[in-house]
Amino acid sequence: MPGYSDPGFDTLAVHAGARPDPTTGARATPIYLTTSFVFESSDHAASLFNMERPGHVYSRLSNPTTDVLEQRVAALEGGSGAIATASGMAALHLAIVTLMGAGSHIVASTALYGGSQNLLNYTLRRFGIETTFVKPTDVDAWRAAIRPTTRLLLGETIGNPGLEVLDIPTVSQIAHEAGIPLLVDSTFTTPYLMKPLALGADMVYHAATKFLSGHGTVMGGVLVDGGAFDWDASGRFPELARPYDGFHDMVFAQESSVAAFLLRARREGLRDFGACMSPHSAWLILQGIETLGARMERHVRNTERVVQFLASHPFVARVGHPLLESHPSHKIAQKLLPRGAGAVFSFDLRGNREQGKRFIETLKIFSHLANVGDCRSLVIHPASTTHFRMTDEALLAGGITQGTIRLSIGLEDPDDLIDDLKRALKAAEKFDAKAGA
Amino acid sequence: MFYQVQGAPLYCYTGDKAFDAAKPTVVLIHGVLCDHGVWIWQARHLANHGFNVLSIDLPGHGRSGGEAPASVAQAADTIAALLDAAGAQKAALVGHSWGSLIAMETAARLQDRISHLVLIGTAAPMKVSPALIAASQDDPEAALKMINVFSRSTLASPTGAGFWVYGASMALGRKVLRSNPRVNVFHRGFVACDQYEGGPAAMAQLTCPILFLLGSQDQMTQPRAAQPLIAAARQAGKTVQVQHLPVGHHQMTEAPKETTAALHEFLCC
Repeated sequence: MPGYSDPGFDTLAVHAGARPDPTTGARATPIYLTTSFVFESSDHAASLFNMERPGHVYSRLSNPTTDVLEQRVAALEGGSGAIATASGMAALHLAIVTLMGAGSHIVASTALYGGSQNLLNYTLRRFGIETTFVKPTDVDAWRAAIRPTTRLLLGETIGNPGLEVLDIPTVSQIAHEAGIPLLVDSTFTTPYLMKPLALGADMVYHAATKFLSGHGTVMGGVLVDGGAFDWDASGRFPELARPYDGFHDMVFAQESSVAAFLLRARREGLRDFGACMSPHSAWLILQGIETLGARMERHVRNTERVVQFLASHPFVARVGHPLLESHPSHKIAQKLLPRGAGAVFSFDLRGNREQGKRFIETLKIFSHLANVGDCRSLVIHPASTTHFRMTDEALLAGGITQGTIRLSIGLEDPDDLIDDLKRALKAAEKFDAKAGA
Repeated sequence: MFYQVQGAPLYCYTGDKAFDAAKPTVVLIHGVLCDHGVWIWQARHLANHGFNVLSIDLPGHGRSGGEAPASVAQAADTIAALLDAAGAQKAALVGHSWGSLIAMETAARLQDRISHLVLIGTAAPMKVSPALIAASQDDPEAALKMINVFSRSTLASPTGAGFWVYGASMALGRKVLRSNPRVNVFHRGFVACDQYEGGPAAMAQLTCPILFLLGSQDQMTQPRAAQPLIAAARQAGKTVQVQHLPVGHHQMTEAPKETTAALHEFLCC
């Protein structure tokens, strides 16, 4: 696409990474559902394995359909490249295992998705990787938790489920002063609402299962590198700055000043752990991304209506959305998230656990399930589902109570969503009256 | 690896191969605000097909120390000194954009010591608009965005490994700019391009065959801007090949296979 303009978000969302298929002329990106690709000759095969020329060998490592998705998400995030993975958790795992091994240390926000908490707090400890959790808004705690073995700072753009907005410019500065990269989970915000790399983060990952695909139909993750971190200067990353005997003694940081992380992640992590994305999944996620801007705008608009309704309802004790001045991240959200602070938030009923249960079971349009970022509106009780392994203390540290209910606002008519919530709130309130009678 | 050149360490990516005096040598020279990484495919290919590869970071750029060259002539002195430091009696020179001017000037000075000359995305004169020169000094981020938009012909990289070449170029430009806190190498490089007037004279002095590798959609150095050089070379009776690729200014990443194939064929003949 030659031209003098800098393509905007919606143009990139439709075109980045894609061209008419060179064989058939197909305009939409085809699904290359094949495990492997024929070599033209033995020399051709050798040159592909030896990274002398670009091309595909085996779909665990790369695939033409997946490549389009990777380029597209990298383009939307302003990154140098990306790797698509089997899930968001696989993207997080790929980032971690590329940067460290046993004896390493991570500093992470307490306000993380429950699955990420499990990985860091339980599973990775078994493999010798320790994590210190800090409140995302406690700047001093981030700095104090860094050790000589620390390899990564990790947070979410807006924490799950309390929606604490991560002060990326400040936390990234703390990370960079120590020669450590900052990795950010941007699943809740998508590049439409925030571009963490432009704010100072070094890498971004998504559960593409959520808003990027947007229709609740597919699992996937994407890990994006900004290409800015200096792996040599840090001195903490021999994996990238020293010869790797697992791949031609390659020194990844010397191969490319901006692609070292992704080269190693693909040549080792994707190769050896194998959590790749199916080309069919990549295609589904591409369909979602083509309408990402339009959908996110509507998600945010609907959310604003629902938040305003709940905030004024007498049976609601608290609404936790940065849109509201009462939210601790209201001010920073206005600065870092001018297009809106997302469509996932939590609120507390003025009632007991049984009333919360009645509320969820009365809803008709909202679906009770463990997901967010669907075009359909969703509801869940975090304490008994996504965060059920956490202690009460850990729950409170993450801003969750026993009565917290999380909503993911979809694309339905906002009046219908508000009617649905109104009915369920009324039913919950009456349920308490009957119980007391 | 590093060579000590003109009193400072000069970084050369070699494709992980040790220098072998028995092999032909090829020097790859990048353009303004770039480093050796722009040749990632071509360097590995040549290193694995019988060449000593010296893919440099120009002085004051990326990993190299020393003073960033303020002129094409200064940079040509560095390349000549590098060949001495490496012990290369003869070498092929491949340059992209500003690097093509440096390669051409070096070849003119070293005459028979240069076996082949490849000029990618070239023009002479290589005038840079005053607005872009000013922006490179006053607002490098805006200027970097401008040259990336001018340089790219596609929103789809053919690399097949998830790299978004526009973003990678932005990241590389920022990193190279940060690599030299003493001098704005962006501005200095553009000024050096703009002020170089030695193209026709250099062309007349060459003794080696020349390959022009031009991007038919190149908005930075449009193919027509290379015509005076091509005409001067032919008029002087040089052996000239001209090849057009259907891409923009960054042939090495927008058409990596075709660029590598063209280099291989030309350098092996």
